Amino acid sequence: MAEIGSFALLLALALSGYSFLAGLIALIFQANPSHAQSPQLALTPAGQATSRAATSNPTISASYDSSLAAMLRQGSERIGETARRAGIATFAAVLLASIILVICAFRDDFSIAYIFHHSNRDLPGPYKFAVLWSGQEGSLLFWSLLLAAYGFVLRLRYKTDPRLFAYASVILAGVQIFFLLLLNFAAHPFAIMQGTIPADGNGLNPLLQYPEMVIHPPMLYLGYVGFTVPFAFALGALIMKYPGEKWIQITRRWTMVTWAFLTCGVFLGAHWAYSVLGWGGYWGWDPVENASLMPWLAGTAFLHSVMMQEKRGMLKMWNMWLVFATFWLAILGTFLTRSGIISSVHAFAQSSIGDWFAWFLAITLITFLVFFFKNKSHLRSEHKLESLVSRESSFLFNNLLFVLLTFTVLWGTWFPKISELVQGNKVTVGAPFYNRVAIPVALLLLILTAVGPLLAWRKTSIESLKRNFMWPTIGAIAVAIFLMATPQSWGSAFGLKPWRDISYFYSLMAIALSVLVSLTVASEFYRGGRVISKHTGQGMFASMVQLTHRNTRRYGGYIVHFGVVVVIIGFAGAAFNLDKEQEMGYGDKMSIGPYTLICRSYTDDDGPNYASEWALLDVYKGGKQIGTMTPVRRFYKASQQTSTMPDIRSTLNEDLYLVFEGINPDNGHPILKAHLNALVMWIWMGVWIMLGGTILALVPNAPAPMRVPAPARLEPTRSASMVTGD
Amino acid sequence: MAANSSNSKQANTRRKATQTFLLCAAMLALLGAGDPATRFSEIGHRMMCICGCNQILLECNHVGCPASDGMRNELTVALNRGDSDGLVEQSFVQKYGPTVLAAPTTKGFDRAAYIMPVAALILGFGLIVLVIRSWKNRPAPALADGLIPVRGAELEQFRDQARKETDL
Repeated sequence: MAEIGSFALLLALALSGYSFLAGLIALIFQANPSHAQSPQLALTPAGQATSRAATSNPTISASYDSSLAAMLRQGSERIGETARRAGIATFAAVLLASIILVICAFRDDFSIAYIFHHSNRDLPGPYKFAVLWSGQEGSLLFWSLLLAAYGFVLRLRYKTDPRLFAYASVILAGVQIFFLLLLNFAAHPFAIMQGTIPADGNGLNPLLQYPEMVIHPPMLYLGYVGFTVPFAFALGALIMKYPGEKWIQITRRWTMVTWAFLTCGVFLGAHWAYSVLGWGGYWGWDPVENASLMPWLAGTAFLHSVMMQEKRGMLKMWNMWLVFATFWLAILGTFLTRSGIISSVHAFAQSSIGDWFAWFLAITLITFLVFFFKNKSHLRSEHKLESLVSRESSFLFNNLLFVLLTFTVLWGTWFPKISELVQGNKVTVGAPFYNRVAIPVALLLLILTAVGPLLAWRKTSIESLKRNFMWPTIGAIAVAIFLMATPQSWGSAFGLKPWRDISYFYSLMAIALSVLVSLTVASEFYRGGRVISKHTGQGMFASMVQLTHRNTRRYGGYIVHFGVVVVIIGFAGAAFNLDKEQEMGYGDKMSIGPYTLICRSYTDDDGPNYASEWALLDVYKGGKQIGTMTPVRRFYKASQQTSTMPDIRSTLNEDLYLVFEGINPDNGHPILKAHLNALVMWIWMGVWIMLGGTILALVPNAPAPMRVPAPARLEPTRSASMVTGD
Repeated sequence: MAANSSNSKQANTRRKATQTFLLCAAMLALLGAGDPATRFSEIGHRMMCICGCNQILLECNHVGCPASDGMRNELTVALNRGDSDGLVEQSFVQKYGPTVLAAPTTKGFDRAAYIMPVAALILGFGLIVLVIRSWKNRPAPALADGLIPVRGAELEQFRDQARKETDL
């Protein structure tokens, strides 16, 4: 099996290489027809050297040149077609290699070093499948597979715009070659074990043995890899000086789908950290987490600014840089986490392949810079800015803040290394730094999220802004006053006194601004719905549904904004978190917030994959039992590592989060840590709303209704009727 | 004279009101700052556990951690002794090295960590101002002969109409 896998990888590299080179040759000949007219460069059909004879007679020469050019054009088109097919075949070869690796995991083939290091006989089936992306070599193969899959879809849809797709295909093949070179020569997933074949494997990292780990990495990688596609189209459009903005329309869905995958991946990672790592939080500003956040921020900026280019022909250079930065940051993140250059707790896949990534980053940067400076005159804006109070300005500031956040995260991630180089010692850049620097920027961004949708393209009068903004502002201020005035006993977010602590101030601001954004979004739906309702006589809800269906992108975007503020409210809850640690014998009590926990039992269990210790606790609230919780600690036999499985009781107001920390060796009593985490459920709800909004934005618009005169004999009482255009 | 006296009274009242406001703000800001439990939580959240778990000292969650219990005890002793926040942090840095602090300090090269994002923000704003200025000064596209550009109230009317018809 390993031999077939290795062969498939080599074949994939050869196919990818062919796809790149043949595609490149075809593009060069198509882009530069003079090559075809040059007698020195041209080949005759039968390979005869007749150039001198042909050029002696002008008429013969002209017809000879044109037929030669046509022949070469045809030839280059054929070569281009073979390149496209080779790209499609690359997918088949990489898929075969991936399937073989998964089969080897299921067959417990420990003769393959990768399977030995990341699997064991008693590993449950779904995790054996997840072995594919659980280690260095497998995750690179998986990355390559996803890239090939994206390329496969792209090459099948080439008829949309054959020339642009041919450019994008060559660029994708270039990226694919890099990953296949890595797989064949630096991180081979089918490397064979030296010496005797072990009876059992080392097993999968216990932290990865969690259901979400089966879907989190694929989502994240779909996001990372997916940004290669808009980048390939953007670079292709730049190289060929693509006229107009059609390439943006072509890549819009790719970008949105990719962004949705990355969003899903980032938040699944946060949820996994929350549910598995057992420290009660979901985001630790670790370099690996930052690596996923940076392309997300840059990609979000691109999704906004690309609208300026599409609608107004502005920000072309900026968009080119943003799409490149997004792609580059995704690769940089992989470099950071794989090279070991920056220490991280997520050391699942560190190795010496950092140099490969460094070279790849340098080559892509140079390639981009060369074409950018060569063709930047093609990227001039077409329109002028008419007013500072306009949608265009809001996008500019929105982009500034997104890029600033990206820079802050990048700077914070690299600062320990920079400090080591400059002053000889490392420093830690953890949550306090990001809280101090990033939160104010994020709050400014929230203000823009509220204001932006109320601004019209080109120009907005201050009066209309005041009119549209007044009620949402009053609503937000009223909510802030309400939160400050209510008693704390009402719940975590009530009785907020912003002067007590800066974190309370930030929380109050975040909640108030979230309300502001929600109200502006609601007012947009209401205003549009009212217009439709007036024209059609439908009810308000039906009108708003119709409104959304008519412009799914815009109203889907508003729903994404609403999801974001729901997430922000969830983040704001972190200021009210409580925690408590206690040893719990039979009948012992622990109180935290409104909850009382009573230990009913504690015991242990033994299974084939792991042994576990757990406690059974009755949970009371207001003197009434509301449930039973069982935090667990597992000891994985193959890897000889322990891992906690916190038990979480989620409500809209707060999560009761219990961790089995260990056992007191003196008396055998379990030691438990209880966290009361406020508003965490809002984060996961917000993500669902964001994804729902994105899916909605991908739905094609319903056709706008047209007014057509109704024939008098059919409808004598009405002169016109509303019909829906097809 | 009467007008002067009235002005001086007004200025006096304004000054007093400002002083009262500043005093209240300072009192509110300092409310609870001296509470030992609050100080323990604040300083403990500004430090890292040095066992390699890469977690904030008060969030390190594994039983039997060789470092966090001792560090928490040291923090309690230092606070009971009445050490200032700066002194506590300094003694931890001397004992465990600069990586014990969860964020760069505001001294020496560490300041660059905070300065750079602010500098980037200022630079970004500057660039945006330049971009907006150049966009505003860009000449309007040339019109074909005989066409008169629509301006003023008429343009607003067309815009309103276009928004109503297209921007739902």
